[in-house]
Parts: sequence; C-alpha cells; structure tokens
Amino acid sequence: MNEDHAPRQRWLGLMAKAPAGRVASLLDEAMTRPAFTWLRAPEVGSTMVRARAGATGGPFNLGEVTVTRCALTLATGEVGHAYIQGRSKADAEAVAVVDALMQTSKAATLQAQVLDLLDAEQTAKRNARAAKAAATKVDFFTMVRGED
Amino acid sequence: MYVAVKGGERAIENAHAWLVEERRGDTSVSELNIAQIREQLALAVNRVMAEGSLYDPDLAALAIKQARGDLIEAIFLIRAYRTTLPRFGASLPIDTGRMACDRRISATFKDLPGGQVLGPTFDYTHRLLDFKLAAEGEVPEAATREATPGDVPHVAEFLNHGGLIEEARHNDTTPPDLTREPLEMPAERSLRLQALTRADEGFTLGMAYSTQRGYARNHAFVGELRIGAVPVEMDIPELGFSIEIGEVTLTECETVNQFTGSKSEPPQFTRGYGLVFGQTERKAISMALVDRALRWEELGEEDEGAPAQDAEFVLYHADNIQATGFLEHIKLPHYVDFQAELELVRKLREEAGANTAREAAE
Repeated sequence: MNEDHAPRQRWLGLMAKAPAGRVASLLDEAMTRPAFTWLRAPEVGSTMVRARAGATGGPFNLGEVTVTRCALTLATGEVGHAYIQGRSKADAEAVAVVDALMQTSKAATLQAQVLDLLDAEQTAKRNARAAKAAATKVDFFTMVRGED
Repeated sequence: MYVAVKGGERAIENAHAWLVEERRGDTSVSELNIAQIREQLALAVNRVMAEGSLYDPDLAALAIKQARGDLIEAIFLIRAYRTTLPRFGASLPIDTGRMACDRRISATFKDLPGGQVLGPTFDYTHRLLDFKLAAEGEVPEAATREATPGDVPHVAEFLNHGGLIEEARHNDTTPPDLTREPLEMPAERSLRLQALTRADEGFTLGMAYSTQRGYARNHAFVGELRIGAVPVEMDIPELGFSIEIGEVTLTECETVNQFTGSKSEPPQFTRGYGLVFGQTERKAISMALVDRALRWEELGEEDEGAPAQDAEFVLYHADNIQATGFLEHIKLPHYVDFQAELELVRKLREEAGANTAREAAE
C-alpha cells in the first residue's frame, strides 16, 4: 500500500478523542446511516499504554486504557474501522460508519458536518485550557536591592 | 477433634444486603451519581485509575461509589475488572514532550522556556477549611491569558546540552510486563517503573520520604513536574498504520540528583523518573525519588543497606492489592489451622508439666 494514510489517520484520531455520543449525533444530523454488515462486532478491551523512562529512554508499561473497537463493511464494499478510548459500542459503530463513508462520495459532506466541527470543538477546548494555564504562569520581577 | 462444617450462607446474604443499605446511607440525603464523583472527586478517581492500572474515569468513579469511598477496595474492583478485558495490544511509547500542560514547574530553573505554570494547584493555599464550600454556590470563572502555542521542552534537555546530566538513552526493546509474567528479581528498570507507577501512594511516599531523611542519601531537586493530556497512539494491524486512539492525563516528575561520579561515569547530575495516570503529583514525585534510589547499582553507588535501595523489599511490598489480600485473609476462618496450633500448645504444656513433675520428684 502506497497511498497516503495521513488524512485517514487524522480523522480516526479526531473521532477517537471526541466526547461520548458526539460522533453519533453529528453523523445522524448530517445524513441517514447506510446499511452495513459487521466484520467485527463492537468489542470492549484494553490497550497497554507504554511510556519511556526519563521521557526519552527505554520503554516501560505504564498501565492500560479501555478501548472499544469494531469493523464493518458497507453494501458498496468500503470497510470502516474504529478503535476508540472508552467503553462505548455505539460510539465505535458511529466512528466506523464515518470511516467507511469517508471513502465514498459522502466524504465532503462528512468532512464539513462531522470532522471539521469535531476539530473546531477540540481545538476550542484545548485552547480554553491552555489560556487558563497561561493565566497561572509566574511573572518574576526583581526586587530593588539597597546596595546602590 | 474438629469436624468440618459449612454454613453461614444466610448470614452472608444478610450482611451483603445490609452493606447495600449502609452504602446508600440516609435516604433523605440525595444519592451520589457517577458523574458527580468523576467531576468533583477527580483526584480520588485519579488515584484509583493509577493504582488500579486502568485509565477509565467512569469505571473508577463507579468503583469508588461501590467501595463506599474505600480507595483500596475501589482499586481492587478495578484490578479485578481489568483481568476480564481482552488486550488489543500496546501503544507506541507516549511522548510527554507533546503534553498539553495544565501545570509545569521546575524547582531548579527559575527562567525556563515555557515558564513556570502553576495550574490548578493546592500549593500556596492556606489549608484553612473553606466553609463556603459547605453551602452550594456559583463558582467564579478562572482567569485566562493568551497562551503561547507549541510544545513545552523538557528541562532535562537544557542540562543535556552541556553533558551535565546523564542521558536517558533511547531504545526500543519490548519491556517486561508484570501483568503477564510474575515480578521476579533482579528487576530491570522498566519493570521497576511499571511496579512503581501502580504502587500504593502511601507506601511510595513513605519510601521516598525515607530517602530524604537520609536512608540512601539522595538529595533530589524537582527538575520538572508537569501535568497534562497526552495522546495515545497505537499500531492498528488491520489498517497497516498507527492512529491516535485517545488521550490520557498524566503527571510526570523528573528529579535531578547530585552524583559525584564512579569508575565509569564522570561527575554529573543523575535522574529519577515518575510518571503516573491522572493528576497525581505526590505519587509522581515519590515515584521519582524511589526510582532514583533503586538505581544505585547501575550507577555504581554504594549499597547503604537502606530500605529504599532494596528492590526486592520495595517492589514486593508496594502493591496494595497484594498486600491487602494477604493481610485481610487472616480475618477469614482459620478454624482448622488454629485447632492444630491449639493441640500443639496443649501438648507442649502437658510435656512441660510432666517434666516439672519429674524434676520435682528427682
């Protein structure tokens, strides 16, 4: 496979980090869901999160995170996958449907009505936290010393 | 003679039913829901996730409710649930350099790139009870200021440039996993870090404190402490590439410790590392201190016989689920064991009595 994975990586990552129920509600607002058959019904499991000693050294196992995954295929043959944090089978289904539809002519609609909105929401949320953090940044000032 | 009996089923059922009622407490007081625990007791939730070794705030909140606020019992529930989950795989090592920092401080450098960001901290509060919280009310909005975009560099990187601090050398070996293979000695650093990140906070704190008081003599500076969200990325075999599957909030602490050098290493600073799920600052600092103390051998330091240098002692006693399991089992029926002890003591007394009688007669 030589195709560029970056766009698909981006939309799957974006949807994996969406709040509970958000992808499903945006998808349903955008269009009627197509019929599909399960390749793998939604399943809850875990992923072992790894980190590096001293942030940059050798890897170690930090602990697990709950993950839900599924795979499905549309009547037209496109395959959609979902791997998302948490235990929501309904969210995993919605993510896999969007992933499959992003490979069809519906891509532009979904980009505008699901993915761009998710992106904007996540950016706004991140910026709001960053702005609160920035307000707690210490501004040091030097006290006037008496020696001159 | 002891005859085995069974029974107590009804007593157990009734005890559990009473537990349910006591857990609910006074029904004229409104019931806690999971979202309230998740949002308002977030640091308890974080501790349960860290020591339960499973990142899922809703599950941790449920466990806290079920355990009536007994955090070790809640951690037990999470550990038990974890074993029922199929493992889909392991993530790529997370990059804490990409952390969206809520808090980032250094006790060693005042003016560092990215600055000293306090975040939502208890530090500098007066630790006076706030009776306003006893009444419900609106919360004032936190102040905001324009943030500088971009990643915040790690403090250790600046020291690295001058070669003043040991490097955390990159490698990509597959780390051992104590959830799959029993913890065995000697434990390499990756295994020690896994054990420490899920270790009991109180035990880790006590061990870390002992190093500060002179047992293993490691004067540590907090080179850096950061708290924030980091994406979790995983290779997906069916896709043939990796994707971000979510995001976890972590606390990372890197200590800077003096090191006078050894046969193989020049005098330089050395490092201790703590990384824990959630906003869990006390635990992350403790972990870093204990990690550093346990590194004595690889750094060529002396074994001072301090408890915190003894990997076997630290790692085999740090897990509160193992500890509580063994400790609490002694309250369960041991009638047969005790019967044997009783027989033995009686026999010894009889023999001792017979001996005394014989001596008196002689």
